[in-house]
Amino acid sequence: MYLKASMGAATAMALVMGSGAIADTITIATVNNGDMIRMQGYTDDFTAKTGHEVEWVTLEENVLRQRVTTDISTKGGAFDIMTIGMYETPIWGANGWLVPLDGLSEDYDVDDILPAMRAGLSHDGTLYAAPFYGESSMVMYRKDLMEKAGLEMPEAPTWEFIREAAAAMTDRDAEINGICLRGKAGWGEGGAFITVTGNSFGARWFDEDWNAQFDQPEWADALNFFVGMMSESGPPGYATNGFNENLSLFQQGKCGMWIDATVAASFVTNPDDSTVADQVGFALAPNTGLGKNANWLWAWALAIPAGSQKLEAAQAFLEWATSKDYIELVAENEGWANVPPGARTSLYANPDYQAVPFAKMTLDSINAADPQNPTVKPVPYVGVQFVAIPEFAGIATEVSQEFSAVYAGQQSVDEALAKAQALTNDAMEAAGYR
Amino acid sequence: MARSVTQNRKIINTAAAWAVGLLIFFPILWTILTSFKTEAQAISDPPVFLAFDWTLENYGVVMERSNYMRFLWNSIVIAGGSTILGIIIAVPAAWSMAFVPSKRTKDILLWMLSTKMLPAVGVLYPIYLLFIKLGLLDTKFGLTIVLMLINLPIIVWMLYTYFKEIPGEILEAARMDGASLKDEVLYVLTPMAIPGIASTLLLNVILAWNEAFWTLNLTAAKAAPLTAFIASYSSPEGLFYAKLSAASTMAIAPILILGWFSQKQLVSGLTFGAVK
Repeated sequence: MYLKASMGAATAMALVMGSGAIADTITIATVNNGDMIRMQGYTDDFTAKTGHEVEWVTLEENVLRQRVTTDISTKGGAFDIMTIGMYETPIWGANGWLVPLDGLSEDYDVDDILPAMRAGLSHDGTLYAAPFYGESSMVMYRKDLMEKAGLEMPEAPTWEFIREAAAAMTDRDAEINGICLRGKAGWGEGGAFITVTGNSFGARWFDEDWNAQFDQPEWADALNFFVGMMSESGPPGYATNGFNENLSLFQQGKCGMWIDATVAASFVTNPDDSTVADQVGFALAPNTGLGKNANWLWAWALAIPAGSQKLEAAQAFLEWATSKDYIELVAENEGWANVPPGARTSLYANPDYQAVPFAKMTLDSINAADPQNPTVKPVPYVGVQFVAIPEFAGIATEVSQEFSAVYAGQQSVDEALAKAQALTNDAMEAAGYR
Repeated sequence: MARSVTQNRKIINTAAAWAVGLLIFFPILWTILTSFKTEAQAISDPPVFLAFDWTLENYGVVMERSNYMRFLWNSIVIAGGSTILGIIIAVPAAWSMAFVPSKRTKDILLWMLSTKMLPAVGVLYPIYLLFIKLGLLDTKFGLTIVLMLINLPIIVWMLYTYFKEIPGEILEAARMDGASLKDEVLYVLTPMAIPGIASTLLLNVILAWNEAFWTLNLTAAKAAPLTAFIASYSSPEGLFYAKLSAASTMAIAPILILGWFSQKQLVSGLTFGAVK
């Protein structure tokens, strides 16, 4: 062990001295999820290859978002690499807060990044963050319950089918809810889900002149459908359920269907945690025949703040962590089911990865989302489950609170939509969009 | 005439006190129990109370993933340092307000307390910019100063309340015996107010230990205390409740032990002057 460590250190030193580079210690802010934690475990590989050391700051998603936003907007310089999402990247790129990733090495093969991911992490055609992993959303369902209900899940189901199947699978006595969906307030929780549901019903947040559209019939249709289906077949108290609550219910066999992040597939099919691991099937997120599925697009990506003092080391890490070699490193040690998904085209061409049960559906779901054209009618914004403007997080959190109040039975759909319309227009007017 | 307390009433009072105590302690107990479960047992419905396969695996994972000792040391330095610094500043301030009050003393006290009424996030950006300019970002020294300033109004208020209970005549007598101002504060006032100072000290250590807004926002990798250690195990996308509980147990254990051993001083200080 000691010999191995010494040889690793010697190799690192030789590489550093040979390249004439100075070994740096970089600080990376990241989120606490399975793939990111796994990456931290392989830091030694990066250090051995480059000589650079890494210090990790791991935070809960919302805390991280607040923390890195404060730092980058004040040019604090506390971090050399930040883990950010598709919402922040185009906004921060436009503000000049991020280093453009136009100097990546040839070996890195930037053209291998999935087109949908590259589009979502760019501003004016320039890539500002490299995707570590990407995700969309899809239907996860219990094959045994579907069979018992005498139904067969199509590859691309409609909302009507989902509602019918949910009602058929619901068994209140056995504590089985036909469908589990997010109702929790928050733009990234229930707000994201109802936005993509709205997209599939032809609704949109804004028209081309940035006028709120909650007074249009498409939103009333989407929200009434959602509330109706959840009342019939959803779990009690779904107004406070987010990803984790639904994951817990599904893993305990209490949901017939769950529509959520594709990254959940590895959790619900893991026999160590899930009681229904061998009974899970996958399908595309539902639609209403209007040409848009109710699925989102998201990536956790690595970006370098502008003005970074350790640019070379930061770029070396970014290339290492999002490279094909890293994927192979994880596959070699932990199997193909555990590699970071949704970032590179070559991964989905790999026969070993194609054997993973949720690989194809994840790729199909990612490809079905178009952040440049997310809705049936034209919109002035980019983003599928969000609108890539700085004001969106605040507005959408308030709107989702109004919608959650409907799910909790505290107000009607019409009341919530009227409030959403008023508060969104007020905020957009104050921000100078209207 | 003292009121006689019947045996039945004693039993009822004791039972009620235990019930309230257990109710308050239950979230901590549940966190500790969850830390010994597997992730699947942690979310099981109905929940399991004691009949599960106890495991230390979560503690092993946490110890392997995080440098616990660094977080712990940062917490000790920041919480201890800010409290001691606060006491050093607050003792003379509270002395002057208690024994040499002016017309505006009450207003000053109220104004000091009013700084606690502003939401912390309201001054995040000014403080952050100041920290960047002074090179204090992600330093234990910077955080010690901020936490001391945040808790200073409470320290002054508490000490002022304790000092007010001490008869001014005693200090006057000391002065007549030739005690200087320093001697008066150090050798007469402070020993008499030890229970009050001790409880103020303990309460502020607890407040500083648990402070999670500034400790998360002004640190990165070097000065992050145990609040950041806990935050690194919380996740909205993934069920890691058992590991989070293990991290939480490790974070609260030192302060829980400190509170347990010093509960006598804490209670005597908090009830100081309550009975005349």
